[in-house]
Amino acid sequence: MKSGSNLEKVLEAGQFAVTTELGPPKGTDISIVKKKAEFLRGMVDAVNVTDCQTAVVRLSSIATSAVLVQMGIEPVMQMTCRDRNRIAIQSDIFGASALGIKNILAISGDHHSFGNQKNARKVFDIDSMQMLALVKRMRDEKKILNDETIIQGEVPMFIGAAANPFAPPLEFRAMHLRKKIESGADFIQTQSIYDIDKFREWMNIVRDMGLDRRCAILAGLTPLKSHVMAKYMAENVPGMHIPDPVLKRIAGVPREKAAEEGIRIFCEHVEQLKEIRGVAGIHIMAIEWEHKIPEIAERAKLLPRPVI
Amino acid sequence: MIKARRKPIEEIFGMIKDYRRILCTGCGGCTSVCLAGGQRETLMLRQDLSMLCKQKGINAFFSVSVIERQCNPEYLSDIEDLVQQSDCVISTACGAGVQFLAGRYSTKPVFPGLNTMFTGVDISTGLYMERCRSCGDCQLGYTGGICPVTCCSKSLFNGPCGGTNLDGSCEVSRDIPCAWNEIYNRLKAQNRLENILSIHPPMEWTDKGPGILVQSGYENRYNKKN
Repeated sequence: MKSGSNLEKVLEAGQFAVTTELGPPKGTDISIVKKKAEFLRGMVDAVNVTDCQTAVVRLSSIATSAVLVQMGIEPVMQMTCRDRNRIAIQSDIFGASALGIKNILAISGDHHSFGNQKNARKVFDIDSMQMLALVKRMRDEKKILNDETIIQGEVPMFIGAAANPFAPPLEFRAMHLRKKIESGADFIQTQSIYDIDKFREWMNIVRDMGLDRRCAILAGLTPLKSHVMAKYMAENVPGMHIPDPVLKRIAGVPREKAAEEGIRIFCEHVEQLKEIRGVAGIHIMAIEWEHKIPEIAERAKLLPRPVI
Repeated sequence: MIKARRKPIEEIFGMIKDYRRILCTGCGGCTSVCLAGGQRETLMLRQDLSMLCKQKGINAFFSVSVIERQCNPEYLSDIEDLVQQSDCVISTACGAGVQFLAGRYSTKPVFPGLNTMFTGVDISTGLYMERCRSCGDCQLGYTGGICPVTCCSKSLFNGPCGGTNLDGSCEVSRDIPCAWNEIYNRLKAQNRLENILSIHPPMEWTDKGPGILVQSGYENRYNKKN
């Protein structure tokens, strides 16, 4: 075991893993975190905690993750390269480990021009690829960057990375995934998938390269709540691709039935993704829909979650 | 070369409004080439400021002098008399020139007339594009001559990020191409993809004080003084 996290154990046991995400509040009200987290208890194997997603200032990912640990719900702490230099990144990883956080997702982060601090200075001192290698070095060699002394204590992190199978340069995306695995990624959570055929093609390449055997690939899914949301996501969310038939299907039902249709599409997609060889699990990004996760997980036949 | 643009006239006015004899010093170097701080632009600055002062009932006297380059001590010395006769100086050089002028005449208030934007290229007359962040460790060798530090909105060394739009543009704007998409396409066309298949390690930034460059061949002259 690299980290001993529940997510690692579930994947190690060959079970189909399920993760979801929790968005921290814009402020200090921990009761919001606790309320959202209770909906997720027992429904998933681990819960991603977003790190100031869309570059909007929120309760920190590390503090929110620590609250989940206290509640006995396993977090995947997301950490972006956008807001921290390498000193802060390493220090925060120490902090996260010390607080009992065992999964990390190393990502670039949405550009700050999307958020509510548009004139912030970007950091990107190291990139997500370099952060993966850094966490692996901290965990496996017990060393930080450019320093050969052994650190005090362990950094048992299960290391995650993001992948977008749909964005240009398409041909490079699988090679880019290989780079991430070589850097240290133990698991991958993909961008939201709406085009199953395209994803299947990508997985063919990934399998041909043997990458599915070197890391656990969790297929990302976001249930659509309405036509407006689907259209917004297709047009505004970085790297998002929603094919027309899906948009039309959501648009084709009355507004009050759109969410139901979104869940139906979600369940169908889960079925199809389960059939694709090399897919190790599902990552549900149900944006501000934490309370719907019990119903979604149930209907998609993702329950009960294994206890290992 | 360095590209710059004039500050809003009201902002410049705010800096000089308490002075009466004002010297506008242009630069014949980069800011002249990018049509922001050369002869013509410095004369225009004087004209605009004079007019504004008149409107506000301020009686100020402006003189103009354009020197070859403000980032060179000899050229700066050429305007000693003019500077001494003035209450303050507006420089339309880049930020480096403004500082050099301010240091050379350290008892005189020196104000910037321009905002220095970037090191860039001339796309066309009056249209410039940033191309270099002076990172001190040129990456262009393995990126097909496209700078990831400058042209990628996140300055990624192992890009692309997941945000590339389907049309190959950057998540930040449809008007900005994804630098890593371009890097990939160019390297592929040159059959050099192996350049980006391995992981590029973290950059060794040298972010401290002002950088100093001793050109090759000049080490003995400068390093012994230390």
